[in-house]
Amino acid sequence: MVYLTRRVEFSASHRYHNPALSAEENRRIFGKCNNPHGHGHNYTLEVTVAGEPDPVTGMVLDLKELKEVLEREITQRLDHRFLNYEVPELQGQIPTCENIARVIWKLLEPKIPQGRLHKVRLYETPDLFAECCRNGAKAG
Amino acid sequence: MKDGLRISVGRRYRFAASHRLHNEKLSEPENWRVYGKCNNPYGHGHNYVVEILVSGAVDPSTGMLVNLADLDGFVEREVIEAFDHKSLNADVPVFRERVPTTENVCVEIFERLSRFPLAKLERVRVEETSNNAFEYAREEFHENGGPNEGNDK
Repeated sequence: MVYLTRRVEFSASHRYHNPALSAEENRRIFGKCNNPHGHGHNYTLEVTVAGEPDPVTGMVLDLKELKEVLEREITQRLDHRFLNYEVPELQGQIPTCENIARVIWKLLEPKIPQGRLHKVRLYETPDLFAECCRNGAKAG
Repeated sequence: MKDGLRISVGRRYRFAASHRLHNEKLSEPENWRVYGKCNNPYGHGHNYVVEILVSGAVDPSTGMLVNLADLDGFVEREVIEAFDHKSLNADVPVFRERVPTTENVCVEIFERLSRFPLAKLERVRVEETSNNAFEYAREEFHENGGPNEGNDK
């Protein structure tokens, strides 16, 4: 099995706020991420696809196709957006790195043209990331 | 969320420390042969980077697997305060008995952080320099299809 990773970047704003909690609880749990007008990050997404290289092309999948899928499914949806208001898939969820990674997985998994989606790693900053993979998958 | 997916969170921390690789049980020439310039009697230092990976259930009311304030506070108390701007050999008791190679530093950090009560520690990676990195992980972490527990809620 070969694991291929492609990186893509997008910039977006978000706010952590749960309307079911009081203003005080929101501030206590989310701290400055609860700032009413939101804040933003440069996100870096790493998408890993697992598969066997095609004997004819030597490729797990055509990187150009993967690039197009990432552009269509991720960049156009998330880049330069306010995640709380402009991304229907995140409605009703706090747009944490954990939740965004899960949404990205669900958007990408059915669209991977060859091989299978193995891992999604989303960096919110260089020092913080969330990963999503299938239960029982090799974590490497 | 019962969707068969597993979420983990990775976080990077930094500390600067000195160490000397020297084993009392070996002769001076043997120490020099094994450790080379890392055996220099007065030690030397590195800017270490520690990357940890934790797993667990994402709380739907917060969207978080772990509140970073809790995780950062724990790592700060258990590792950074103990290691940062210290001589690992002289100031961290466990390394009076054990050579503070970055392999051993990695295992020690894993043991300290595995006591974190709010998420499951999966892996510790320590970068001694930008060219040397060491990782220590749970046994099942490496096995394809191992007994990873779901963290659905």
